[in-house]
Amino acid sequence: MRLLTHNMLASNIKGVTNGFPLRIEVEKAIEKQVDFNPEFLKNMFTKIHWKALVDASRIMGFAELPEEADSSMLESDDFLRNFHHALLELHLEEGALVCPETGRRFPVNKGIPNMLLHEDEV
Amino acid sequence: MKLKQLESLLGDLEQFSNPKVELEQYPTGPHIASRMLYTAESSYGDVSGKVVADFGCGCGTLGAAAALLGAEHVIGIDVDPESLEIASLNAEDLELDIDYIQCDLRNLGWRGQVVDTVVMNPPFGTRKKGADMDFLCVALKVATQAVYSLHKTSTRDHVRRAALRDFNASSAEVLCELRYDVPQLYKFHKKREVDIAVDLWRFVPKK
Repeated sequence: MRLLTHNMLASNIKGVTNGFPLRIEVEKAIEKQVDFNPEFLKNMFTKIHWKALVDASRIMGFAELPEEADSSMLESDDFLRNFHHALLELHLEEGALVCPETGRRFPVNKGIPNMLLHEDEV
Repeated sequence: MKLKQLESLLGDLEQFSNPKVELEQYPTGPHIASRMLYTAESSYGDVSGKVVADFGCGCGTLGAAAALLGAEHVIGIDVDPESLEIASLNAEDLELDIDYIQCDLRNLGWRGQVVDTVVMNPPFGTRKKGADMDFLCVALKVATQAVYSLHKTSTRDHVRRAALRDFNASSAEVLCELRYDVPQLYKFHKKREVDIAVDLWRFVPKK
Protein backbone atom coordinates (compact mmCIF):
# COMPACT_ATOMS: atom_id res chain seq x y z
CA MET A 1 0.00 0.00 0.00
CA ARG A 2 1.34 3.38 -1.05
CA LEU A 3 1.25 6.39 1.25
CA LEU A 4 -1.12 8.08 -1.21
CA THR A 5 -3.72 5.47 -0.27
CA HIS A 6 -2.88 5.95 3.41
CA ASN A 7 -3.50 9.67 2.92
CA MET A 8 -7.15 8.95 2.07
CA LEU A 9 -8.04 6.03 4.29
CA ALA A 10 -9.70 6.59 7.67
CA SER A 11 -11.08 4.51 10.50
CA ASN A 12 -14.85 4.43 10.33
CA ILE A 13 -15.69 2.62 13.56
CA LYS A 14 -19.06 3.56 15.02
CA GLY A 15 -18.70 6.53 17.36
CA VAL A 16 -15.27 7.59 16.10
CA THR A 17 -15.37 11.26 15.08
CA ASN A 18 -11.85 11.67 13.73
CA GLY A 19 -10.44 8.46 12.32
CA PHE A 20 -7.69 10.16 10.30
CA PRO A 21 -4.78 9.76 9.95
CA LEU A 22 -4.34 6.10 10.76
CA ARG A 23 -1.12 5.46 12.66
CA ILE A 24 1.25 3.14 10.81
CA GLU A 25 2.99 0.18 12.42
CA VAL A 26 5.73 -1.12 10.13
CA GLU A 27 6.89 -4.70 10.09
CA LYS A 28 8.05 -4.58 6.51
CA ALA A 29 8.25 -1.66 4.10
CA ILE A 30 9.34 -1.94 0.48
CA GLU A 31 10.17 0.46 -2.34
CA LYS A 32 9.01 0.18 -5.92
CA GLN A 33 10.19 2.66 -8.52
CA VAL A 34 7.62 4.41 -10.67
CA ASP A 35 7.93 7.01 -13.42
CA PHE A 36 8.30 10.59 -12.24
CA ASN A 37 5.34 12.72 -13.28
CA PRO A 38 5.72 16.35 -12.06
CA GLU A 39 2.33 17.43 -13.47
CA PHE A 40 0.56 14.79 -11.41
CA LEU A 41 2.44 15.81 -8.26
CA LYS A 42 1.61 19.49 -8.71
CA ASN A 43 -2.03 18.57 -9.13
CA MET A 44 -1.99 16.31 -6.05
CA PHE A 45 -0.19 18.77 -3.78
CA THR A 46 -3.31 20.73 -2.82
CA LYS A 47 -5.30 17.55 -2.17
CA ILE A 48 -2.80 15.85 0.11
CA HIS A 49 -2.89 16.11 3.89
CA TRP A 50 0.73 17.19 4.21
CA LYS A 51 1.36 16.43 7.86
CA ALA A 52 -0.08 12.93 7.52
CA LEU A 53 2.27 12.28 4.59
CA VAL A 54 5.32 13.65 6.43
CA ASP A 55 4.61 11.55 9.54
CA ALA A 56 3.85 8.42 7.53
CA SER A 57 7.00 8.72 5.42
CA ARG A 58 9.16 9.16 8.55
CA ILE A 59 7.74 6.02 10.12
CA MET A 60 8.56 4.26 6.87
CA GLY A 61 12.17 5.42 7.22
CA PHE A 62 12.17 8.36 4.80
CA ALA A 63 12.87 11.71 6.48
CA GLU A 64 13.45 14.02 3.50
CA LEU A 65 10.11 15.84 3.48
CA PRO A 66 9.94 19.27 5.17
CA GLU A 67 7.60 19.61 8.15
CA GLU A 68 5.69 22.34 6.35
CA ALA A 69 5.30 22.88 2.64
CA ASP A 70 3.71 25.47 0.37
CA SER A 71 3.10 25.57 -3.35
CA SER A 72 6.21 27.67 -4.07
CA MET A 73 8.29 24.57 -3.28
CA LEU A 74 6.81 22.83 -6.32
CA GLU A 75 9.34 24.79 -8.39
CA SER A 76 12.15 22.75 -6.84
CA ASP A 77 13.05 19.51 -8.56
CA ASP A 78 14.52 18.09 -5.33
CA PHE A 79 11.31 18.74 -3.48
CA LEU A 80 9.21 17.14 -6.22
CA ARG A 81 11.41 14.05 -6.30
CA ASN A 82 11.13 13.57 -2.55
CA PHE A 83 7.37 14.16 -2.69
CA HIS A 84 7.15 11.61 -5.52
CA HIS A 85 9.15 9.05 -3.57
CA ALA A 86 7.10 9.44 -0.38
CA LEU A 87 3.72 9.47 -2.09
CA LEU A 88 4.14 6.74 -4.70
CA GLU A 89 7.24 4.61 -4.12
CA LEU A 90 7.10 3.65 -0.43
CA HIS A 91 4.85 0.68 0.29
CA LEU A 92 3.68 -0.70 3.60
CA GLU A 93 3.88 -4.44 2.94
CA GLU A 94 3.36 -5.94 6.41
CA GLY A 95 2.21 -4.22 9.58
CA ALA A 96 -0.92 -2.45 10.71
CA LEU A 97 -2.96 0.72 10.52
CA VAL A 98 -4.15 1.91 13.92
CA CYS A 99 -7.27 3.98 14.59
CA PRO A 100 -6.06 7.24 16.21
CA GLU A 101 -9.07 7.41 18.51
CA THR A 102 -9.67 3.85 19.69
CA GLY A 103 -6.32 2.16 19.11
CA ARG A 104 -8.03 -0.62 17.12
CA ARG A 105 -5.50 -2.28 14.80
CA PHE A 106 -6.29 -2.99 11.17
CA PRO A 107 -3.73 -5.55 9.97
CA VAL A 108 -1.86 -5.14 6.69
CA ASN A 109 -0.79 -8.37 4.97
CA LYS A 110 0.88 -8.60 1.58
CA GLY A 111 0.28 -4.88 1.22
CA ILE A 112 -3.50 -5.17 1.69
CA PRO A 113 -5.05 -3.46 4.72
CA ASN A 114 -8.01 -5.29 6.20
CA MET A 115 -10.49 -2.55 7.09
CA LEU A 116 -13.42 -4.91 7.78
CA LEU A 117 -15.30 -3.91 10.91
CA HIS A 118 -16.66 -6.28 13.55
CA GLU A 119 -20.42 -6.39 14.00
CA ASP A 120 -20.35 -4.18 17.10
CA GLU A 121 -18.21 -1.54 15.33
CA VAL A 122 -20.68 -0.82 12.52
CA MET B 1 -3.01 1.54 -26.33
CA LYS B 2 -5.56 0.30 -28.83
CA LEU B 3 -8.93 -1.08 -27.75
CA LYS B 4 -8.19 -4.52 -29.22
CA GLN B 5 -4.89 -4.75 -27.38
CA LEU B 6 -6.53 -3.73 -24.09
CA GLU B 7 -9.27 -6.33 -24.51
CA SER B 8 -6.76 -9.04 -25.27
CA LEU B 9 -4.63 -8.26 -22.18
CA LEU B 10 -7.73 -8.30 -19.96
CA GLY B 11 -8.78 -11.60 -21.50
CA ASP B 12 -5.75 -13.29 -19.92
CA LEU B 13 -6.68 -12.36 -16.34
CA GLU B 14 -7.63 -15.01 -13.79
CA GLN B 15 -11.28 -14.91 -12.72
CA PHE B 16 -13.13 -16.20 -9.64
CA SER B 17 -12.40 -19.85 -8.96
CA ASN B 18 -15.20 -20.18 -6.37
CA PRO B 19 -17.64 -17.34 -6.98
CA LYS B 20 -19.76 -16.34 -3.98
CA VAL B 21 -23.43 -15.97 -4.76
CA GLU B 22 -24.19 -13.77 -1.74
CA LEU B 23 -21.74 -11.18 -3.09
CA GLU B 24 -23.15 -11.52 -6.61
CA GLN B 25 -19.69 -12.21 -7.98
CA TYR B 26 -19.81 -12.21 -11.74
CA PRO B 27 -16.64 -11.54 -13.67
CA THR B 28 -16.53 -8.35 -15.72
CA GLY B 29 -15.68 -9.74 -19.15
CA PRO B 30 -12.81 -8.28 -21.15
CA HIS B 31 -15.20 -7.04 -23.83
CA ILE B 32 -17.22 -4.85 -21.47
CA ALA B 33 -14.28 -3.84 -19.24
CA SER B 34 -12.14 -2.69 -22.16
CA ARG B 35 -14.95 -0.64 -23.69
CA MET B 36 -15.86 0.93 -20.38
CA LEU B 37 -12.36 2.20 -19.63
CA TYR B 38 -11.52 3.00 -23.23
CA THR B 39 -14.58 5.24 -23.46
CA ALA B 40 -13.73 6.90 -20.14
CA GLU B 41 -10.27 7.72 -21.46
CA SER B 42 -10.83 8.53 -25.12
CA SER B 43 -14.11 10.46 -24.81
CA TYR B 44 -13.68 12.13 -21.43
CA GLY B 45 -10.00 11.97 -20.38
CA ASP B 46 -10.99 10.48 -17.02
CA VAL B 47 -8.23 7.84 -16.72
CA SER B 48 -4.72 8.76 -17.86
CA GLY B 49 -2.75 10.61 -15.16
CA LYS B 50 -5.67 10.28 -12.72
CA VAL B 51 -6.38 8.63 -9.40
CA VAL B 52 -8.88 5.86 -10.11
CA ALA B 53 -10.75 3.66 -7.63
CA ASP B 54 -12.34 0.33 -8.59
CA PHE B 55 -15.24 -0.39 -6.21
CA GLY B 56 -16.09 -4.03 -5.63
CA CYS B 57 -13.07 -4.81 -7.75
CA GLY B 58 -13.39 -8.59 -7.58
CA CYS B 59 -10.50 -10.03 -9.57
CA GLY B 60 -9.46 -6.54 -10.54
CA THR B 61 -10.33 -6.32 -14.24
CA LEU B 62 -11.55 -2.70 -14.32
CA GLY B 63 -8.69 -1.43 -12.16
CA ALA B 64 -6.17 -3.26 -14.34
CA ALA B 65 -7.76 -1.67 -17.41
CA ALA B 66 -7.41 1.77 -15.81
CA ALA B 67 -3.75 1.15 -14.99
CA LEU B 68 -3.07 -0.11 -18.52
CA LEU B 69 -4.57 3.12 -19.88
CA GLY B 70 -2.16 5.20 -17.82
CA ALA B 71 -3.94 5.93 -14.53
CA GLU B 72 -1.30 7.28 -12.13
CA HIS B 73 -2.70 5.59 -9.03
CA VAL B 74 -5.30 2.80 -8.88
CA ILE B 75 -7.05 1.51 -5.75
CA GLY B 76 -9.17 -1.65 -5.81
CA ILE B 77 -11.60 -2.18 -2.94
CA ASP B 78 -13.43 -5.42 -2.19
CA VAL B 79 -14.89 -7.19 0.82
CA ASP B 80 -13.68 -10.64 -0.28
CA PRO B 81 -10.07 -11.63 0.55
CA GLU B 82 -9.92 -14.42 -2.05
CA SER B 83 -10.85 -12.01 -4.83
CA LEU B 84 -8.21 -9.54 -3.67
CA GLU B 85 -5.58 -12.26 -3.74
CA ILE B 86 -6.45 -13.07 -7.36
CA ALA B 87 -6.55 -9.35 -8.19
CA SER B 88 -3.05 -8.89 -6.72
CA LEU B 89 -1.68 -11.77 -8.80
CA ASN B 90 -3.38 -10.40 -11.92
CA ALA B 91 -1.76 -7.00 -11.35
CA GLU B 92 1.60 -8.67 -10.79
CA ASP B 93 1.29 -10.65 -14.03
CA LEU B 94 0.69 -7.45 -15.98
CA GLU B 95 3.44 -5.63 -14.01
CA LEU B 96 0.94 -3.08 -12.75
CA ASP B 97 1.27 -1.29 -9.43
CA ILE B 98 -2.21 -1.29 -7.87
CA ASP B 99 -3.23 -0.80 -4.22
CA TYR B 100 -5.93 -3.04 -2.77
CA ILE B 101 -8.04 -2.53 0.34
CA GLN B 102 -10.25 -5.12 1.99
CA CYS B 103 -13.35 -3.28 3.10
CA ASP B 104 -17.13 -3.37 3.03
CA LEU B 105 -17.80 -0.31 0.89
CA ARG B 106 -20.80 0.68 2.96
CA ASN B 107 -18.43 1.26 5.91
CA LEU B 108 -15.59 2.87 4.01
CA GLY B 109 -13.78 5.60 5.98
CA TRP B 110 -12.45 8.17 3.55
CA ARG B 111 -10.85 11.58 3.74
CA GLY B 112 -10.84 14.30 1.19
CA GLN B 113 -11.41 14.72 -2.49
CA VAL B 114 -8.41 12.91 -3.90
CA VAL B 115 -9.93 10.24 -6.15
CA ASP B 116 -10.74 11.56 -9.61
CA THR B 117 -12.67 8.68 -11.10
CA VAL B 118 -14.53 5.68 -9.70
CA VAL B 119 -15.16 2.69 -11.97
CA MET B 120 -17.31 -0.20 -10.89
CA ASN B 121 -19.35 -3.21 -11.83
CA PRO B 122 -21.46 -3.35 -8.68
CA PRO B 123 -23.60 -6.25 -7.56
CA PHE B 124 -26.82 -5.71 -9.50
CA GLY B 125 -28.89 -5.97 -6.36
CA THR B 126 -30.73 -9.06 -7.58
CA ARG B 127 -29.87 -11.16 -4.53
CA LYS B 128 -29.55 -8.33 -2.06
CA LYS B 129 -31.88 -5.51 -2.92
CA GLY B 130 -30.30 -2.09 -3.17
CA ALA B 131 -26.69 -3.31 -3.18
CA ASP B 132 -25.93 -1.44 -6.41
CA MET B 133 -27.42 1.74 -5.00
CA ASP B 134 -25.22 1.49 -1.87
CA PHE B 135 -22.17 1.35 -4.13
CA LEU B 136 -23.35 4.30 -6.21
CA CYS B 137 -24.02 6.40 -3.13
CA VAL B 138 -20.46 5.93 -1.83
CA ALA B 139 -18.89 6.32 -5.29
CA LEU B 140 -20.50 9.73 -5.76
CA LYS B 141 -19.10 10.87 -2.41
CA VAL B 142 -15.55 9.71 -3.16
CA ALA B 143 -15.15 10.70 -6.84
CA THR B 144 -14.45 14.31 -7.81
CA GLN B 145 -14.65 13.95 -11.56
CA ALA B 146 -16.76 11.01 -12.71
CA VAL B 147 -18.26 7.65 -11.81
CA TYR B 148 -18.57 4.89 -14.42
CA SER B 149 -20.90 2.08 -13.49
CA LEU B 150 -22.96 -0.77 -14.91
CA HIS B 151 -26.60 -1.22 -13.96
CA LYS B 152 -29.37 -3.37 -15.36
CA THR B 153 -31.24 -1.56 -18.12
CA SER B 154 -34.52 -2.52 -16.44
CA THR B 155 -33.59 -0.22 -13.52
CA ARG B 156 -32.69 2.81 -15.65
CA ASP B 157 -35.33 5.24 -14.37
CA HIS B 158 -34.72 4.29 -10.78
CA VAL B 159 -30.94 4.69 -11.11
CA ARG B 160 -31.27 8.11 -12.71
CA ARG B 161 -33.71 9.35 -10.09
CA ALA B 162 -31.67 8.09 -7.14
CA ALA B 163 -28.39 9.49 -8.53
CA LEU B 164 -29.76 12.97 -9.20
CA ARG B 165 -32.10 13.30 -6.26
CA ASP B 166 -30.41 11.39 -3.44
CA PHE B 167 -26.74 10.85 -4.26
CA ASN B 168 -25.27 14.21 -5.14
CA ALA B 169 -24.93 13.69 -8.91
CA SER B 170 -25.08 16.76 -11.15
CA SER B 171 -25.55 14.61 -14.23
CA ALA B 172 -26.39 11.00 -15.03
CA GLU B 173 -26.00 9.77 -18.56
CA VAL B 174 -26.34 6.34 -20.18
CA LEU B 175 -23.39 6.08 -22.58
CA CYS B 176 -24.46 2.80 -24.14
CA GLU B 177 -26.45 -0.35 -23.66
CA LEU B 178 -24.43 -3.56 -23.48
CA ARG B 179 -25.18 -7.26 -23.41
CA TYR B 180 -23.74 -8.78 -20.30
CA ASP B 181 -23.41 -12.49 -20.74
CA VAL B 182 -23.74 -14.24 -17.43
CA PRO B 183 -22.21 -17.68 -17.69
CA GLN B 184 -23.76 -20.52 -15.75
CA LEU B 185 -21.80 -20.05 -12.54
CA TYR B 186 -24.30 -20.95 -9.87
CA LYS B 187 -26.64 -23.88 -9.32
CA PHE B 188 -29.76 -21.72 -9.47
CA HIS B 189 -28.96 -20.75 -13.05
CA LYS B 190 -31.22 -22.87 -15.20
CA LYS B 191 -29.85 -21.86 -18.58
CA ARG B 192 -26.26 -22.38 -19.65
CA GLU B 193 -25.79 -18.74 -20.42
CA VAL B 194 -28.03 -15.71 -20.34
CA ASP B 195 -27.63 -12.28 -21.80
CA ILE B 196 -28.90 -9.42 -19.72
CA ALA B 197 -29.11 -5.86 -20.91
CA VAL B 198 -26.96 -3.47 -18.89
CA ASP B 199 -26.38 0.26 -19.19
CA LEU B 200 -22.97 1.84 -19.01
CA TRP B 201 -23.49 5.02 -17.00
CA ARG B 202 -21.39 8.10 -16.49
CA PHE B 203 -22.27 10.17 -13.44
CA VAL B 204 -20.73 13.49 -12.54
CA PRO B 205 -20.66 14.40 -8.85
CA LYS B 206 -21.61 17.91 -7.71
CA LYS B 207 -18.59 20.02 -6.83
